[in-house]
Amino acid sequence: MKIKYIYYLLLLSGVFTTYAQNEDVKKVNHDFELELESEYRYFYDDALFEDQKDHFPSFAIRPEYAIDWNKGYESINFKGFFRLDVDDERTHWDIRELYYQKAKNNWEFSLGLKKVYWGVTESNHLVDIINQTDAVETFDGEEKLGQPMAQFTWITQNLGTFDFFYLPYHRKRTFAGEKGRLRFPVVIDKEDLQYESSAEEWRQDIAFRWKHYFDIVDIGVSHFYGTGREPLFDFDATGNINAFYPVINQTGLELQITHDAFLWKLESIYRNADAQDFFALVAGLEYTFSNIDGNGLDIGLLGEYLYDERDELALNALQNDLFFGSRIAFNDTQDTSILIGGITDLESDSTIFSLEASRRFGSSWTAEVEARIFNNIDQNELILSNFREDSFFRISISKYF
Amino acid sequence: MKKLIFTVIALVAITNLNAQNAAERGLQVAKAADKADQGFNSSIVNLKMTLKNKNGQTSERLLITRTLEQTEDGDKSLIVFNSPKDVKGTSTLTFTHKVGSDDQWLFLPSIKRVKRISSNNKSGPFVGSEFAYEDLSSQEVEKYTYTFLEEKGNLLIVEQDPVDPKSGYTRRLVTYNKEKGYRLEKVEFYDRKNSLLKTLNYSDYKLYKGKFWRALTLHMVNHQSNKETVLKFGEYNFEAKLAEEDFTQVALQRAGQ
Repeated sequence: MKIKYIYYLLLLSGVFTTYAQNEDVKKVNHDFELELESEYRYFYDDALFEDQKDHFPSFAIRPEYAIDWNKGYESINFKGFFRLDVDDERTHWDIRELYYQKAKNNWEFSLGLKKVYWGVTESNHLVDIINQTDAVETFDGEEKLGQPMAQFTWITQNLGTFDFFYLPYHRKRTFAGEKGRLRFPVVIDKEDLQYESSAEEWRQDIAFRWKHYFDIVDIGVSHFYGTGREPLFDFDATGNINAFYPVINQTGLELQITHDAFLWKLESIYRNADAQDFFALVAGLEYTFSNIDGNGLDIGLLGEYLYDERDELALNALQNDLFFGSRIAFNDTQDTSILIGGITDLESDSTIFSLEASRRFGSSWTAEVEARIFNNIDQNELILSNFREDSFFRISISKYF
Repeated sequence: MKKLIFTVIALVAITNLNAQNAAERGLQVAKAADKADQGFNSSIVNLKMTLKNKNGQTSERLLITRTLEQTEDGDKSLIVFNSPKDVKGTSTLTFTHKVGSDDQWLFLPSIKRVKRISSNNKSGPFVGSEFAYEDLSSQEVEKYTYTFLEEKGNLLIVEQDPVDPKSGYTRRLVTYNKEKGYRLEKVEFYDRKNSLLKTLNYSDYKLYKGKFWRALTLHMVNHQSNKETVLKFGEYNFEAKLAEEDFTQVALQRAGQ
């Protein structure tokens, strides 16, 4: 089904390209790029479940191609992805983006597979719902699968920006395989997860977002109606997991106030489904001491409070937690930066520490180091307790062509 | 005695008058320079930034800058990075304000995130270069107070004192060329301790539309760190007829995608 869909998209892109060549004699820009990445993840604690491995060497490839014409107001953009990993489920490929876009005056239209980000906070991305999370790719959930969509954006000078999304196809989340870490005792095959909607993945979903700013205040209000991106887990008395994708209505609010070196942030959602409705929020601030040494060193301090009414059923286990962290940017020619932080549960002592650092070498190499440490994870944490032995280090090196 | 007092009063008055004149004349020069550049509407330019450390090692960045002229308030600008490749598509949108903090948004292409950022950090280096953010932001008359210092042939030297206490400078000595549309020839930057920090030289000037002077080379030398940054501009495009819609958060994402 997926292949067929992509075929249609390509066909459609072809039609637009032909049209462009006939109608527009102006300059056409092509751009091809390639990133090759080798990665090593090492889980230093003995695995909790059978068959789980400790060492995960891995390789990824990310090709990109873009063509634009009509002074850049029309374009076709492609981003591909492939990863080879010890965990069979983490070995996967995806079309992150493949879309045609046209912009004219106060509107913009995109058609195809695209990635859209909503939100302002750092420790959790509640409001961001357009794309399915590529859950096997990263722990922080910031990697996303390409989402088929038609997006229409209307820009006004006084009333802000209005975004309308038509989302014709739902993509399931992939979970770690037998050999993989960060999983439940039972390996979840994504194909086993059912849909609430009888249309299954072809349920026609819609979303809307209004975004504006007034002086120092940036605000976003959004609504999504369709099959949720997060599966809903039901645990029965015998410990079996019954999971499915519910049809949800989700309203989101994003708010940021930028005052001097302070960023005050709030994200909040209300999600409603037949099986579950709940409220969640992240609120916090970021303060940056900039150019401390007169040489460009910036040190930012972050603090956020996380609340989720689902309590222990919250998939990300952030039900009543505090995040604290620091972002250090050296602003040197190598763009060296470090993000350290921790999320701690206010009811138990469960804490996850994290570190992410990156630096460029030469003009086309980058290196990244990441660590996630699960500390004192409470045995009663329904979801997080499964990951209590899954602290890891990751190093990756990328070459750009 | 009466005569002496009278002489002192007269001297003080003259000095005051001179100071007033110097401030007045400095402001006039800044206004003349601002006026000479009015009416360009919008521009697009490619530029190559070469950073050189004290050992002579260099690294390069390629950028595209789009600017939209505003009359009532400061200009709008959109900067897109094309290299290094790992940051390709990273873009900033800045609304300069004549008075108060600028509004600034950053687009991160890897996660497609638009982020409102603080424009508080004026004195910090722009992408590891010797240019501070404030050196590259739109130069509005209201951002400084002025003292006229010297006239050397066509060259007028004016001291500019930043109004914003967050500026990294106590003063800048700016050399204007009054015969060439009050274009800038040189700027010397004095740090918060009032010692010479950097010198910026403008060269390879080109006249566009018979009115707008654009230096195609900017050379900044940091005297304290011995690091240098050279900006080499391509041809300015004044014909793109950019509009307000080209300087929105939607346009920011489009530029960096």
